[in-house]
Amino acid sequence: MSEQMAAPRPVNAERRLILKSLTVVGITSFGLTGGSAWSAFADDAPTWPHDAFKQKSLDAALKALYGKGFEPSDKVALDVPEIAENGAVVPVAVTASLPGVTSVAILIPANPFTLAAYYKVPVGTDASVSCRLKMAKTSTVIAVAEAGGKLYGASKDVKVTLGGCGG
Amino acid sequence: MIRKLLAAFAVLCAGAIVSAHAADKIDPAADLKAFQAYFKQQFPAVPLDDFVNGPYAVNKGMRAQWESIMQFPPYDFALDAGKTLFNTPFKNGKTYASCFPHKGVGIRQDYPQFDAKTGEVVTLELAINRCRAANGEASLNYETGPMDSIVAYMAETSRGKRFDIKVPKDPRALAAYQNGKQYFYSRRGQLNFSCASCHVTAAGKRMRGDILAPALGILASFPIYRSDWGSMGTVPRRFTSCNSQVRAVALKPDDKAYRDLEYFLTYMGNGLPVAGPGTRP
Amino acid sequence: MANTIRVRAVANGDSIEVQSLIQHPMDSGFVKDKKGNLIPPHYIEVVTFEHAGKVVFSAFWGPAVSKDPYLKFTFKGGKKGDPLKISWIDNEGQKDSLDGKIL
Repeated sequence: MSEQMAAPRPVNAERRLILKSLTVVGITSFGLTGGSAWSAFADDAPTWPHDAFKQKSLDAALKALYGKGFEPSDKVALDVPEIAENGAVVPVAVTASLPGVTSVAILIPANPFTLAAYYKVPVGTDASVSCRLKMAKTSTVIAVAEAGGKLYGASKDVKVTLGGCGG
Repeated sequence: MIRKLLAAFAVLCAGAIVSAHAADKIDPAADLKAFQAYFKQQFPAVPLDDFVNGPYAVNKGMRAQWESIMQFPPYDFALDAGKTLFNTPFKNGKTYASCFPHKGVGIRQDYPQFDAKTGEVVTLELAINRCRAANGEASLNYETGPMDSIVAYMAETSRGKRFDIKVPKDPRALAAYQNGKQYFYSRRGQLNFSCASCHVTAAGKRMRGDILAPALGILASFPIYRSDWGSMGTVPRRFTSCNSQVRAVALKPDDKAYRDLEYFLTYMGNGLPVAGPGTRP
Repeated sequence: MANTIRVRAVANGDSIEVQSLIQHPMDSGFVKDKKGNLIPPHYIEVVTFEHAGKVVFSAFWGPAVSKDPYLKFTFKGGKKGDPLKISWIDNEGQKDSLDGKIL
């Protein structure tokens, strides 16, 4: 798995096959143990969640990434604009004021692929991240934080319109 | 009935033209006073200096996004590239510093300027290409590429300095200024918009998803990284794209009309601070 | 090739706020070029931040992350002068890394 971060693989397909099979194993082991999908792998091997990034619905993306849904929580603060100034660059900030957060994910259901970004939060790092995301059109933006084996989330609507300048 | 109206309108126009010629006085200083007073009256809550931030000065939701993006501006790469390009000698060993006063550092607020020798308005982009030509180098594309990085760097060295465009009492300079002013207020294109249609009459209002920036100080943050472009662009880039967007035929980026327009528009923002490079939607 | 990674890591006591900006097209694969052909997807997949031999943050990105991607996060246990390493790898296997420093 650590080889994922080493020399670039000449064939993308081969890499995807390996990632895919690893992901399948991960989900299977999750089903048995009920723990985090990533506990099956060494902590220092950042495997890109290929399957989760392929999903086109909120449920499917959450299932692929976490194997569970989220419960709404006011402890997950999601900062997004009401009307995006440009759908290509939408500032998104998530802060989870929960103890023991191990990861944060941002999902945009109206995008071609639902999962936008996923962040692993080691012990000692704040459960807080700011980034800039693309939104294809008006959508709900959902932020989830995983803590103590449960998933907590918040959602907000962001309007994305056509620029007036056309072109 | 319509003929009567048209006739009355023609008389009105003729009268206006006659009286304009009778006055026969191009008065940039008076124009500037009126221009700035108009926007101060339209947007009383906006501090004068803030107009350089365009839509962000007149819309809270946009401003919050801008402040977030400005934590680490996307023009950072262009700025560094520009500094390197600016300091890299030409094949003959000279640098841009040899073409500009103060070695080209901290001078952005003086452009565009009227060149008495050639009788034309010289924008910073034109000055850069003239410098290159004088030193045996090929011209740079006016709209994007190395040009926007160099201009970004030069603008950054002037950040905060007050624009100080001069329109000398040379009839050619006054004519160029007036030409730019007329361009600004003239309708064009299938959509029949003038610059003023959006940036004076509808300033601060929405045009679909965009908030229209007031014309006052609208060029002060150039060159800009536009999220829409995903890259940097100069004033000429914005002029050509704006022309296309109102379905008018875009001119060549270094066209006299654009330089005169930039002359007029930048002069209208005299006293406001250089805020470039900048970011826009 | 110039480094694609910019980082501003500022220490506030032992709390380190890290901001990074990476130069990358982050092509989603949904945009067409001037000839009408789809520009293939080309985006960063993983970004890792390492301090004192430990990964303090990792980002897993898809094509929905904006061009020239930005990131901000905060971790504890660092101090001014400490090295901070940032590395990324994209879907084409291209990568870059920067040995930064906490200011």
